[in-house]
Amino acid sequence: MVADKIRSLLGEHGLLGIDPLGIPVAAPASDDECALLLRTASSESWTVRIEGSGTWIPRDARADLALSTMRLRGIVDLSPPDMVVTVGSGTSWTELQTSLANDRMWIPLDPPGSGRSVGSVVACATAGPLRTGFGAIRDHLLGLTLVTGDGRVVRAGGRVVKNVAGYDITKLAAGSFGAFGIITSVNLRLRAVPRADATLIARGTRDHLLDAARGILSSGYTPGALELFSPAAVAGTEWTLAVRLLGSHEAVAAERSAVGAAARMQFSSLEPSDAADFWRDTLARTTAAPSTLRLGALPSSLDEALDSIAHHLDESCDDWIAANVHAGVVRWSGDAGVNRIRLLRNVAAHSEMPLTIERGPWSVRSELGHFGAFRDGAVRLVYALRNSFDPSRTLAIPLGRES
Amino acid sequence: MIPPEVLAALKAAVGPQWVKDARAELDTYATDGLPTHRSLPGAAVIPGRKDELLQVIRILHHHRIPAVARGAGTGLSGGALASGDAVLVVLTRLNRILKIDAENRRAVVEPGVVNTRLSAAAEPFGLHYAPDPSSQPACTIGGNVAENAGGPHCLKYGVTTNHILALDVVLPDGELLSLGSPSGEPWGPDLVGLFVGSEGTFGIATEITVKLTPTPTAIRTLLADFTLLRSAGQAVTSIIAAGFVPAALEILDHNTIAAVEASIYRAGYPTDAGAVLLVELDGMDELAVEAEASQVEDLLESAGARSIQLASDPAKREKLWHGRKKAFGAMGRLGSDLVVQDAVVPRSKLPDVLDQIGEIGERYSISLCNVFHAGDGNLHPNIAFDQTDPDLAERVRRASTDIVRLCIEAGGTITGEHGVGTDKMHYMPLVYDADTLGAMNRIRHVFDPLELANPGKVLPVHSCRG
Ligand SMILES: Cc1cc2nc3c(=O)[nH]c(=O)nc-3n(C[C@H](O)[C@H](O)[C@H](O)COP(=O)(O)OP(=O)(O)OC[C@H]3O[C@@H](n4cnc5c(N)ncnc54)[C@H](O)[C@@H]3O)c2cc1C
Repeated sequence: MVADKIRSLLGEHGLLGIDPLGIPVAAPASDDECALLLRTASSESWTVRIEGSGTWIPRDARADLALSTMRLRGIVDLSPPDMVVTVGSGTSWTELQTSLANDRMWIPLDPPGSGRSVGSVVACATAGPLRTGFGAIRDHLLGLTLVTGDGRVVRAGGRVVKNVAGYDITKLAAGSFGAFGIITSVNLRLRAVPRADATLIARGTRDHLLDAARGILSSGYTPGALELFSPAAVAGTEWTLAVRLLGSHEAVAAERSAVGAAARMQFSSLEPSDAADFWRDTLARTTAAPSTLRLGALPSSLDEALDSIAHHLDESCDDWIAANVHAGVVRWSGDAGVNRIRLLRNVAAHSEMPLTIERGPWSVRSELGHFGAFRDGAVRLVYALRNSFDPSRTLAIPLGRES
Repeated sequence: MIPPEVLAALKAAVGPQWVKDARAELDTYATDGLPTHRSLPGAAVIPGRKDELLQVIRILHHHRIPAVARGAGTGLSGGALASGDAVLVVLTRLNRILKIDAENRRAVVEPGVVNTRLSAAAEPFGLHYAPDPSSQPACTIGGNVAENAGGPHCLKYGVTTNHILALDVVLPDGELLSLGSPSGEPWGPDLVGLFVGSEGTFGIATEITVKLTPTPTAIRTLLADFTLLRSAGQAVTSIIAAGFVPAALEILDHNTIAAVEASIYRAGYPTDAGAVLLVELDGMDELAVEAEASQVEDLLESAGARSIQLASDPAKREKLWHGRKKAFGAMGRLGSDLVVQDAVVPRSKLPDVLDQIGEIGERYSISLCNVFHAGDGNLHPNIAFDQTDPDLAERVRRASTDIVRLCIEAGGTITGEHGVGTDKMHYMPLVYDADTLGAMNRIRHVFDPLELANPGKVLPVHSCRG
């Protein structure tokens, strides 16, 4: 029935097929088609799941209709002199970076996972190690198009690097997991590819490396990346501190010696191709296990955050863990049931550390919600905001504890 | 008019001397940084502690009286003005720096803390608060949060929103909420990001957690002068395209140079130049910054710079910056009134748009000064005039609208850092369609269903689709 309706709305090509759960998958090719589908879904009281390439969050949510961003693909507008790109949310993140590289430009973001779509990186706000030097996803976005749960097309922000006209809906949408609508395209700020790019590695105990990383930061330097990885993350036997220096040749050379001195330890330098492999493989390993969590802690509380994870989730010390020492973010990937994650979330909340479920099977997401530990009061605002974008609860996005 | 029983309750809450309702006292609060807009508030209340502020908001909410937050009143969009049926809530006494956490590069402040005071407090730790609006010796962090303020050094370091980690806010109904966590990670969708730039229409920020940034130890300032404004614009594009991320890239045009040099703020800029371009490069290593400076010098030369001055020591650098920092003050002397625009265009359009702005000035026979954040494409065409001349005032109004339309057609927007307030509200439908404005209006109602927080600002309600 739903499938027939999709065919009649979008034509034969708009229906990709029926997925293994028996859910029809629609692939709108424009903002207007998205809006039409969502208006229909809300008036028919269907629930809709949003899916990108399916490499980050699995396509397992229960819904009446799956809406794929597959056909919202490609660079819509690229302006090299302005260093801005508008890109469809179904575009592959890696392909986007590859094509920007032809113009010697890039987006200084290295989201974990592999084969991801632009929409998934933005909707889940998954910044990687480069967050240290270049900021979180929100810091790279100039604007986006959001088709709301009730099928209106909202064009937030713009294509210029400064813009304070009206409310910042772009920030609200980034990292909301699609709860307010489907992100159909995004405007991203670009940078010139730095002339020098060096990766330094040190191995040792967790505590020793954490101290070294703090030493680097307290010297006043802020590298492009300064990430502490668990042994499993680097497929090795020891914890690893990885430093990435980016900039002019002179600046990178100066930072290289400053970093060694401030950390008071020896780093080994990776050859460029080894460095690229190291970062790509390490980040791709995030999705080897079924669930990924993100914990926000003050940099000075990272030991506590890492201890809590070890205690509640990683007793055998063989999970993928990365700690961003500057931003105070710990990411864990592994296999854990609902109860253990809930317990960790409660413990963390007591220490003012928010725990976000970045990915996981539907059983975990639906039970715990992506956020689930809202501060009192804020929860009311979040649901009221969602209600204003998606009044019929069309979008099947579990945010967390309902009030 | 504010009913006497409300005034009495406010006086009981904050002490009688901190409630102003005499006309003479209210005059101080009738304008913000924009002399062209005036409105007398019904009363002004100046709470001295957070709990007093909460009480004030609860009293006003109880009586359904609108509240308008005010920091230092340096805003340039008429945002901190209140009408006679509203109460101005002045936050300048909430001015404590609650915490400097050097280890985590963070500070927690009350909203009335003045921008430069925060950087001064962080200085002993080798840190500073990066967003640096030119008004920083006066404006407050709360006002910066509300406007999402920028400044010359935001090209490299980002604007206010990139530096705010968490906020305590009091909603218009008096509820106190914490948004964001100490680390900056949100508890849910990014409400901190949504609140920043909301211009006081979502409530009042009562406590602000900001990022602090290591202060660069190596700095080079270059001042290049060009025969043509256009060439200065092209130099900017070529510096960015070459992969440099200067801390600042600022342009002053011929008229601005003339205004500065004719004022007490003389900086020694060449008065026959079409434009001067200020470039600042910074980092943690002298040799590296020195090398970048000499490469940028080459780029400036090939872009047609007539002469280039390079300074490394603080006194000489300050001298190069002096004219830029005092430009608004100097222009203020050209006429009794000043229109300050804040449009943004894509950087590559700068040369063309600047030419066309010049033509608009000629068409309406008005004197335009351009001083702007060139690296961000954030223009400040300023028009000094005399409002008592109705013909001139009308020409200024039409020229302003033409400039705004021109910038939008070039792919830009109406405001890059000063906010919409009342001044630019009528331009909002030029950049956003009815559905987008409608979404903004619904968001506002989530925070403020009774429209008691800074009503009548930002959104032209009739243009919002329901
Ligand atoms: C000479 C001059 C130069 C300037 N240069 C720059 C510049 O380079 N960059 C730039 O961005 N701006 C600049 N400005 C504009 C202005 O200084 C900024 O907008 C500044 O952020 C305003 O701060 P304020 O404390 O004066 O706020 P106010 O003018 O008092 O208020 C501004 C708005 O913020 C709201 N508000 C104030 N405090 C709070 C709070 N705690 N919670 C919620 N809402 C609040 C008010 O309701 C109002 O809408 C300049 C102004 C002048 C006069």
